[in-house]
Amino acid sequence: MTTTAEPAAPAGQAAVAAADQDALRAAFDAAVAADSRIEPRDWMPDAYRATLVRQMAQHAHSEIIGMQPEANWITRAPSLRRKAILMAKVQDEAGHGLYLYSATETLGVSRDELLDKLHTGRQRYSSIFNYPTLTWADVGAIGWLVDGAAITNQVPLCRCSYGPYARAMVRICKEESFHQRQGYELLLALSRGTPEQHAMAQDAVNRWWWPSLMMFGPPDDESAHSAQSMTWKIKRHSNDELRQRFVDICVPQAEVLGLTLPDPDLRWNEDRGSYDHGAIDWSEFQEVLRGNGPCNEQRLERRRAAHENGTWVREAAAAYAAKHGEAQG
Amino acid sequence: MGDDALVLAQRLGEWAGDAPVLEEDVALTNIALDLLGQARTLLSLTGDEDELAFLREEHEFRNVQLVERPNGDFAVTIARQLYFSVYQELLYGALAAGDGELAPLAAKAVKEVAYHRDHAEQWTLRLGDGTPESHERMQRAVDGLWRYTGELFEPLEGLGVDLPGLHGPWRETVADVLRRATLTLPQGPDRTPWAAGAGRQGVHTEPFGRLLAEMQYLHRAHPGASW
Repeated sequence: MTTTAEPAAPAGQAAVAAADQDALRAAFDAAVAADSRIEPRDWMPDAYRATLVRQMAQHAHSEIIGMQPEANWITRAPSLRRKAILMAKVQDEAGHGLYLYSATETLGVSRDELLDKLHTGRQRYSSIFNYPTLTWADVGAIGWLVDGAAITNQVPLCRCSYGPYARAMVRICKEESFHQRQGYELLLALSRGTPEQHAMAQDAVNRWWWPSLMMFGPPDDESAHSAQSMTWKIKRHSNDELRQRFVDICVPQAEVLGLTLPDPDLRWNEDRGSYDHGAIDWSEFQEVLRGNGPCNEQRLERRRAAHENGTWVREAAAAYAAKHGEAQG
Repeated sequence: MGDDALVLAQRLGEWAGDAPVLEEDVALTNIALDLLGQARTLLSLTGDEDELAFLREEHEFRNVQLVERPNGDFAVTIARQLYFSVYQELLYGALAAGDGELAPLAAKAVKEVAYHRDHAEQWTLRLGDGTPESHERMQRAVDGLWRYTGELFEPLEGLGVDLPGLHGPWRETVADVLRRATLTLPQGPDRTPWAAGAGRQGVHTEPFGRLLAEMQYLHRAHPGASW
């Protein structure tokens, strides 16, 4: 923030302030190096705060936009048990959105501001939610692959240097792992079901595999924020490391499912002790980020519409609270 | 009763992701999930829950017409919730107090529906006594759904609860909430020749067929498959 309207401090005072800044910065660096947690009242570099706001807001936005592709199937779920599981999952996602907005608010921004940035396209959400859910099997593929990739990304965040984010991730990861197992079990039931159900499961995996790999972000040599985030211990592993870990977990799981992964170059590499995989189509990723994915417009439009259609309800709640002397949250 | 809970759960499921605030996404889905749980328990008492939910046609469903009414705006959804949750709280209370087959189930569900009633009541107060716009929308919603409320109190054989006898307490509770919300208790008939107990006999409103078409299509497209 610039404070040009204020009179310039005398030279002596500025020197003291600079020395204070250096001491604060040194204390921050030492705390990060010692794996201590940074808490909301602690001093932190402006860029650290800005990076966390960007990442945590994007994470919160992803939870609420991510409700759409799955909610798309709530009314059409093919059994009451599956309908109940899916409803519970979408409810959890709204809850995750709430935790994450609260955690982001500890950095001095409000949920309203963050939502406004989402609605006006100034903050992003995960590119994966710009893909459509075309069949029931997509609900299973999202659980297995999308939640699986999210967990691989998020488990290291449980040790992130910013306390409120790390604690939110501990709670969220527990629920996400449960969703992931349910998605896997859904696909297993389809894969072992009728030939039509098996084909539906395979088609869903074919469509969701590559977008899931893109969830880890661009390759290490093109990742703009990675180095700084790793120094600050917001991030613990590189994009490519996490992507490799995910591939190594998924290949045997696909075998158990009796489904194939749509990558002819996928094979075990004895020397590396890992699976090699084919090249990712980063031009597609860039297009989706630019807003040109299959559902970008639809997702944002629906979110804006829900917010706008709800304006009169939020105004009513505020007016009632004012009349009846309630504290407004 | 199982059909009532199932159909209302389906309607509330349509809200997922579209609520006015994130807290309401959680609340509406939570209520839908409770109702779906009640439906599953009740349907399982008479047969296979999925066969009953997915393989019956409109005229075979016995739900009241109130629960199949479209969501409309948030006020319509809240008015429907208010009318239905006050009814359910009284019904489950009466069932839990009896010694019928449904008493243990009702004892569990009465806690859920008390929460649903509180949620609907709190929102009725906020919308009714909020802004002029919310007041007008809420009044229109309670008026519009009023003619579907009489059906709730048609006698049901074999239930062991005097449903017509619950009508008075229901009306008092609803009137009290509406009064506190600065709203007027609707004065028109609470049933019409087309809606007096018709749902319980398998006669439904137009939007219901479409609700079932959406709910059942996938199950019906794969006969005999398990999910």
